[in-house]
Amino acid sequence: MADFFLQHQEIIYIVILSILLGIEVISNVPAILHTPLMSGANAIHGVVIIGAIIVMGHAHSDDYLALILGFLAVLLGTLNVVGGFVVTNRMLEMFKKKK
Amino acid sequence: MSKFLLELSYLIGSITFILGLKMLASPDRARKGNLVAAAGMALAIAGTILFHEKEGAPIGNIPWILAAMGIGTVVGWLMAMKVKMTAMPQMVSFFNGMGGACAAIISLVEYHSHPEGSAGYLLIVFLGLVIGTVSFSGSIVAYGKLDEKIKDMGGRYLTYLNLALLALIAVVTTLSVVSPETFGHSSLWILLGLSFLYGVLFVMPIGGADMPVVISLLNSFTGMAAAFGGFLYGNQVMLTGGILVGSAGTILTVLMCKAMNRSLLNVIIGSFGGSASGKAASGDQTVREITLTDTAILCAYAGKVCIVPGYGLAVAQAQHICHELEKKLEDKGVEVIYAIHPVAGRMPGHMNVLLAEADVPYPKLVEMEEANPGMSNTDVVIVVGANDVVNPAAENDPGSPIYGMPVLKVWDAKNTIVLKRSMRAGYAGIENELFFLPKTKMLFGDAKDTLQKLVGELKDL
Repeated sequence: MADFFLQHQEIIYIVILSILLGIEVISNVPAILHTPLMSGANAIHGVVIIGAIIVMGHAHSDDYLALILGFLAVLLGTLNVVGGFVVTNRMLEMFKKKK
Repeated sequence: MSKFLLELSYLIGSITFILGLKMLASPDRARKGNLVAAAGMALAIAGTILFHEKEGAPIGNIPWILAAMGIGTVVGWLMAMKVKMTAMPQMVSFFNGMGGACAAIISLVEYHSHPEGSAGYLLIVFLGLVIGTVSFSGSIVAYGKLDEKIKDMGGRYLTYLNLALLALIAVVTTLSVVSPETFGHSSLWILLGLSFLYGVLFVMPIGGADMPVVISLLNSFTGMAAAFGGFLYGNQVMLTGGILVGSAGTILTVLMCKAMNRSLLNVIIGSFGGSASGKAASGDQTVREITLTDTAILCAYAGKVCIVPGYGLAVAQAQHICHELEKKLEDKGVEVIYAIHPVAGRMPGHMNVLLAEADVPYPKLVEMEEANPGMSNTDVVIVVGANDVVNPAAENDPGSPIYGMPVLKVWDAKNTIVLKRSMRAGYAGIENELFFLPKTKMLFGDAKDTLQKLVGELKDL
């Protein structure tokens, strides 16, 4: 237990601080912006694409399963990122227009 | 040096995510916030492709990576640009599912390449797989249901089946981590199948009215799955981005549950929505219909009119004509506001987005807590395609499945006019007593069509 904590101290800090930060950021959002916020958060978790790039980038050239799945993962991750940000932007564009 | 540039791009990326989310909280800066986060994402992705190294080897297969990203960008862009504002919730759900699938595939490939490792490594891989898969299949079912391609399916047995499945997933995951030889390499496929099934069955029985909660929950699931990817690679930007969304999404879900008077546990078990029975309709009750002309006169000579939009407004695409009605009435000196229930529509804030699209000014959108005290001095309430959010049973019928949910007290107003296509029950499948109250009048027909005629009548007055 103590060893685990000391070994992973840094990551434990990041995790806990990020959780608190997420809670803090959200609790101040007016209900009116909930949909764009959800959509924006949806785009941000598209950061998982970086994992997909790493998988694909380090796959052996004869490991077809890894290559095919990696390709698919990068594609789907991009969909999440691009689609997510564009949809959010479209929603917010409409908020901006009338003032 | 490249290690430094990589970590620097990740640090900047993480900061932009936090700032972006923070800016999304204020109406004036929200759009900029989204762009800031997008720029940070682009930087982190570019940094990864250029500078990431594993055991000295840089990122390979770059043409394939760029090809996949190219296809994803074009398809994602087109889908996001072409989708109608009313179909926004299912679009978000769809993109969310793609992120979940991406996370699940990462775990699949990692395990395929390195099936052996410490218990911690295995736990991360399996949790990433399970959460990512549930998020994927759940989001796709949510997408199908919102798009009305998949019908509700419910029943008490599903609740137990879901609980059993969840327990089974927990047992298999634990066993696969503690003693990897139990299932050998097939534990991956067992978990994949079980999680996929759970995701489907977990969203299946949930009624349309509860969909916002589920989409938000699935959103935070994908965040967590992304965070597990971050653990796997010791990747800071995935870690901060994923956890941020995971915790923010969870809080958002809890806030929504509170607005609907449900516990988060209920959501996870998937026991609400479709299984709601409620009070049976008693046939001897009659409704009062009102003509278009009478409605027009009633509104034109009112001091204060309150419009209550619901999902019906979105379905009928009636937001623009609704705004026109509001302008017509204001020209006649009537004060018009929109009372917005937090879970009206299929996503929190769904109505706000729709009405913003139609150029309705911000200050006219009044939230439930502020709108309710003003109901008693409102002359006419026009309910456009809303049902469960204006059901008095939530206040006075302890046997009702929505009992305790805060609702808009439209019955306090002097007159209530309900625009409705037919006498069908709302998404929660509950009869609405409001329609039978003496002060309530029904105006049957398609919302857009009816509003259009109403605007015409007002012109003639």
